[in-house]
Amino acid sequence: MQTVLSDDQVQFKHVVHRFFDTHSTTTAVRALAETETGFDPLVWSQLSETLGLTGTHLPEQYGGHGFGPVELGIIQEEMGRTLYCGPFFSSAVMAGYALERFADEAAKTERLPQIADGSIRATLVLDDLNHPSQVGRLIAADQAGALTGSAPIVLDGCSAEVFFIVAREDSGLGLYALAAKAPGAEVSAQDSIDMTRKVARVTLQEAAGTRIGSVTPQSLNRFWDLTSVALAHEMIGGASRLLDETVEYTKGRYQFGRPIGSFQALKHRCADLLMNLEFAKAATQHAGFCLAASDQETIYPSMAKAMAADCFMEMARAAIQLRGGIGFTWENDTHLWFKRAKCDEVLLGAPYRHRARMMDILQETQDVA
Amino acid sequence: MSHDGIKAALEAFLDAEFSPDLSLVEWRKRLVSAGWAAPSWPDAYFGRDFSQAEALVVSQVFAERRVVGAAQVGPRRLAAETILAHGTHEQKQRYLPKILTGEHAWCQLFSEPGSGSDLAGASTRADRKADHWLINGQKVWNTSAHHADFGILVARSNWDLPKHQGLSYFLIDMRQPGVEVRPLKQMNGHASFNEVFLTDARVALDDLVGGEGQGWAVATATLSIERQGFARGRSQGAPAPASAGRVYEELARELEIDNEPYTWYPQREGRPDLILQRAQETGAIEDDAVRQEMAKLVCLTEAARISADQVSAHQKSGGQGMLPAGSIGKLGASVIARQAAHVHTMISGASAMLSGPESAFEGVIAETLISVPAISIAGGTDEIQRNIIAERVLGMPKEQRMDTGPFRDIPRNGQ
Repeated sequence: MQTVLSDDQVQFKHVVHRFFDTHSTTTAVRALAETETGFDPLVWSQLSETLGLTGTHLPEQYGGHGFGPVELGIIQEEMGRTLYCGPFFSSAVMAGYALERFADEAAKTERLPQIADGSIRATLVLDDLNHPSQVGRLIAADQAGALTGSAPIVLDGCSAEVFFIVAREDSGLGLYALAAKAPGAEVSAQDSIDMTRKVARVTLQEAAGTRIGSVTPQSLNRFWDLTSVALAHEMIGGASRLLDETVEYTKGRYQFGRPIGSFQALKHRCADLLMNLEFAKAATQHAGFCLAASDQETIYPSMAKAMAADCFMEMARAAIQLRGGIGFTWENDTHLWFKRAKCDEVLLGAPYRHRARMMDILQETQDVA
Repeated sequence: MSHDGIKAALEAFLDAEFSPDLSLVEWRKRLVSAGWAAPSWPDAYFGRDFSQAEALVVSQVFAERRVVGAAQVGPRRLAAETILAHGTHEQKQRYLPKILTGEHAWCQLFSEPGSGSDLAGASTRADRKADHWLINGQKVWNTSAHHADFGILVARSNWDLPKHQGLSYFLIDMRQPGVEVRPLKQMNGHASFNEVFLTDARVALDDLVGGEGQGWAVATATLSIERQGFARGRSQGAPAPASAGRVYEELARELEIDNEPYTWYPQREGRPDLILQRAQETGAIEDDAVRQEMAKLVCLTEAARISADQVSAHQKSGGQGMLPAGSIGKLGASVIARQAAHVHTMISGASAMLSGPESAFEGVIAETLISVPAISIAGGTDEIQRNIIAERVLGMPKEQRMDTGPFRDIPRNGQ
């Protein structure tokens, strides 16, 4: 198994870094946060068509590039650094992985290429974003495929063109496809703490979905692992950016006749933050390598999600605290990352749920190595 | 050299030269002269210029064939690596072979009662005489000093220069009348360290390392090597292979002496390895609050392991950043030890009060609970590690100093 990024992967990271550095400035992020759809179609077509990022992690036979969780992690990390606003996580990651893991062959062949090249923006309608075992409580499908129920939080629900919906069936869960504008589907924007990622409530009233696959507990767990690790990478990117900028701020801010970064109280806090970040980053990267290497269930994806979430949130708290009053203003950019940190912390399960899952797996396998 | 080639050459050497009936020193002399005792060292100095990966092949063959290797437990490793990096040709020739053979034990004479974290504030005197240096002062926290033959010593050779510039680094013979060693008892009851009193002790002129006034630079190199050891949690030597023959018997005796100061070292690391078993035996594993804390501990121990693997992979490919990585690892070890002690306490409940025969794991858990404070002090306190990380990794400004100017004018303890 890999231990560190390969030279090619490092090269890829540079390319992705430059792209988002240019196209996802905080000015752009603030502007998009005020819009309804929350993304720039031009940047979306550049990243999906020109750079091909949307297909990075999807299999070549379905129009993807055949790379895996490690390369996806690189993209997610750079997006987290710059708070990229757009449907990448909802469409390429959530909907893409859902199709890859749950859909039957015909549906994959038909639909995955459109996700991979970004020509269709889809999103996954999950009625629970806390724990895989709770999925399917709110949305049910009847035998004819009519879907009824509601999902309170759907990422980019207002701008998606297609919904993939996980719904409860007589026994088990099924995956359904539904055009976003189909009769019986009502989409209403939800206000989110994080204005840089749009969410909506999707309410279904006997909407005529097309059944395209089955969701088993195993495949749902695997899906949860893949998406959690992708999200962990986003959080690591955000946390890294915050640490860089916070340290820079303490070097330039003078009080009592000296830069505040020369006070031990601040230096020690920053040193602890760096240690947390290094550990969370190592865990997250390792989780990516594990997912890329085998389909076996390990503690590492949940470990990555728990550590990255705690790290990002703590970093965000400190980033505001170390700036003092200015850090609590709307004008200062820090709150943009703070709010993303809060939402990422709970999306796909708060840290305590992932730690609980680690212990379950640990007890089953009794093998950490 | 290919790994198979290394293996074949080493196997041939072992077939021809190794016998369990040799004396330990005689066997290690053969290892040293063939370059197998320290294969990652330079060709010119008892090694073979091997990369870490190549050296690993050698230690694997040693382990597989249960062959005794060079002496490496304790402060002798710090001395050897420092001499190798900063010593003169003559010093390397004179001292390195007997470190490898185990003929000479070493100790580290850095800390003083008046200078702990502020190591550069050392006030042990080194006065240059016609044909030797005269040493006067007191050192403390000297592991294995009571059976050391030599010591690596930092002392002040110039009182008129600023503190870092007035230090020199010496190799001192511990077997002389001016050196007195007394044991120092710790809060956990062990006495792993000593105080060393130096009264008109002598050091030969050519036992100065790195030149007069270069002591701080050389000491920093030693400390960096030491921190790597902390981060890896490896202070102790492996137990001797249980085989019959003179060489094994002598090794067992050597390790018994060398490992004695370190018997409680695993406990200061918090014994996270015993948590799962304890939680299962006591039933605490069913408690959700305990499970959360256990998971946090696993996060820390696994992330530290993964991070260390990444650093070493990075270094093997020619990357840099050894010293800060050591500081982050050492700080991590402190956090791990505290969290492990916290979880052990949750699991044991009121029984955590006991340290006698009825206590868990025959006192190992009790010893853990009263030993973990050491991990965040020894080898540079957590606070010092945080300074290093903040200043050298994050590039934050240094604290304003009160100790510039000639050392003799700086306020010190006991003045």
